[in-house]
Amino acid sequence: MSDRAKTVLLHGGLLALLFALQFMLPAYHHGNLARVMVLASYAIGFNVLFGYTGLLSLGHAMFFAAGMYGMGLAVQVFDAAPALALVAGAGAGLVVSGVVGMLALRTAGVAFMIVTLMFAQAGYLTILYFGSYTRGDEGFVIQQAQRILWGIDLSDPTNRYFAAFALFASCLLITLWLVRAPFGKVLIAIRENEERAMMLGYDVFAHKLAAVIVSGTIAAMAGAVYGLLFGYVGASFASVQYSIFPLLWVLLGGAGTILGPFIGTLFMFYLIDLSSGITTAYMLVAGVALVALTLFAPQGLAGAVRKRIWRGLP
Amino acid sequence: MTNDSGKPSTTTRRGALKTLAAGAGAASLPLWARYAQAQTSEPIRIGFQVHRTGIGAAYGRWYDRTTTAAVDMINAAGGINGRMVEILAEDDGTDPKRGAEVVEKFANQHNCDIGFGTLFSHVVIGSAPRAGELKLPYFVVSEGHHVASGMLNRYTLQPGITDVKSQVQAMAPFVSQNLGKKVTMIFPDFAFGHDHRDYFTAAIQEQGGEVVAQIAIPPTETSFTKYFPKIPRETEVVYHVMVGPAVLTFVKELGEFFGPSRPEMFGFIDSLEAVDMASPGLEFLEGTYFWEGNPRYAQTDQSEYDKLYRTAVGVDENGASVGDPKDISTYAHMFGCWETLYVIKAGMEAAGYQGPADRAKLIEAVEAITDMPHSNEHPQGTKLFNGKTHQVFGPQYISRVTDGKLIVVHTTSIEDTMYPDEVDYTTQPL
Repeated sequence: MSDRAKTVLLHGGLLALLFALQFMLPAYHHGNLARVMVLASYAIGFNVLFGYTGLLSLGHAMFFAAGMYGMGLAVQVFDAAPALALVAGAGAGLVVSGVVGMLALRTAGVAFMIVTLMFAQAGYLTILYFGSYTRGDEGFVIQQAQRILWGIDLSDPTNRYFAAFALFASCLLITLWLVRAPFGKVLIAIRENEERAMMLGYDVFAHKLAAVIVSGTIAAMAGAVYGLLFGYVGASFASVQYSIFPLLWVLLGGAGTILGPFIGTLFMFYLIDLSSGITTAYMLVAGVALVALTLFAPQGLAGAVRKRIWRGLP
Repeated sequence: MTNDSGKPSTTTRRGALKTLAAGAGAASLPLWARYAQAQTSEPIRIGFQVHRTGIGAAYGRWYDRTTTAAVDMINAAGGINGRMVEILAEDDGTDPKRGAEVVEKFANQHNCDIGFGTLFSHVVIGSAPRAGELKLPYFVVSEGHHVASGMLNRYTLQPGITDVKSQVQAMAPFVSQNLGKKVTMIFPDFAFGHDHRDYFTAAIQEQGGEVVAQIAIPPTETSFTKYFPKIPRETEVVYHVMVGPAVLTFVKELGEFFGPSRPEMFGFIDSLEAVDMASPGLEFLEGTYFWEGNPRYAQTDQSEYDKLYRTAVGVDENGASVGDPKDISTYAHMFGCWETLYVIKAGMEAAGYQGPADRAKLIEAVEAITDMPHSNEHPQGTKLFNGKTHQVFGPQYISRVTDGKLIVVHTTSIEDTMYPDEVDYTTQPL
């Protein structure tokens, strides 16, 4: 079987499975999977920058929150319809990632991590500062009546699942196409050897900036959809831990793989969900799992598959 | 010797597992058969959303103890509608995302009858939409104004603790009549602080006073000295609501700034919940005033009800754990869990609650409750429930720090805490 056929089969198979699970899962896991798909879309966005371009951002929560607040404030303050609000969310992510990218990409390595972390912290404090609009740390509710997209009530479990699925499938397919396109190959070249890519004549800065914008806009879209599907917009989503989560998910699942973000998000979600029923030290369990994985499968779960089973895994 | 039948062995791995599972089921037969034979003998399952980790952990610990004590007492008295009450606690990490997931877990996995017990406002606001969608009655113990403001939904109620708007406005008459009319407010620059800023500024103006300065302190601040010169000289009262671990530094630096000639000071005990009043640096608070939701120290006129409640939860006369005098309770808030559980009991009994099919009836029954007399069920004081806004109203206490203890000097009336309705949840469909 050719690599192309295998790729289509694997990713198409996952999407078909997720589609089918809608009709089979019990209510609790059905809800969880909808949530995981939205969060995995966030991780997919993060992976474009971290896994494929080799840039480690510690401030991605600002993009997620830009989307969430772009959408939420459009609904809350301007009474926008959900479709327009989603566009506002994605637009907010595009602008924020463009501006942050222009500034942060003047640095590299550890400095890039610190600068993105600082920008995210500034973003978090900005949300608190404009408390009269954002309700600060408390956040606000997107009412059920405000969540009806083209006549579809997104608070309904089935509709929510399909909306999450649509977002996840789009993000997955777009990134799959992206990393196989010449643009994606240049990103991988930058990750592997930036000087060499530059020497070959590629505009490294422009490519890195485009990667930040694609990554930030996907994260923002996930944030906007999350707020709309679950009815809440809050500053905790802009806090530092929500910048660390996609890093963990991607590391667990496999950085630089298309399926890795989903696998990592799903794994981590259930790891916390199950272990929190046993002990209050569930983050310790997550930490131990992460250490074990780093020791035994340093490239993550999908990375291990790529290493041992199929070298061509995109 | 050969296998004379020639057939493969019938013991497969799958078969063995099935047999084992059946065996385990049979072994546990008495457990589930008990419930199967009589539907109504099943316990009432209350999902307790508890802040075991994260910033709310100190509160969560005491909310847990109070809940356990109340449920033990309810069960010892025969339970609710003759059924025992079972608490299923889940940690929400004081995080709104996890909070919403926990609510889903209560409704869809644990098959809880209701959800209960959330304190931090952002967790309530993040979780309530899901509770409304799942039609899971959600009884919060948060003191946020989110319920009465109309932001939430018909399935979310706050019948066991008063909200910040009524608490803050009820302080204004005392402050203006006893401490001074020119107030400088120092508050954290997030929603909790903004509530204080907005409600108190309006309330003190109604009393003929004024707020001469509003000093918002960013939540990341660890030293406060640079903010104190902003306090105008004409200030007669400093109103402070600093919350979080920096409060000890805040008080210490405030003491260093003012020295012996300080203005009057009024604060909210939220800053010092679970903090020992004898902590080094807090000496400066001697002679200053605090709002208390429920007096931490047993007062000379302590009611029989408070005595019973205090003993049941395991709190001594100084507001600390009976077993450990350094383990200070969150006494000003945790009574809310006790009282809410008794409201749930009253509501379920009035509704003849049998199971999840009666959730809507339970909401209507609680909405119909009005008076809650001072009693063992309501040890903090007499209360008035507003079924339209889903919010309870009750007395507030103002205490003065005297010899390192909080002594009540004023109790507000319920009327002082009332404000016009901002929502009528009963018009929303169930």
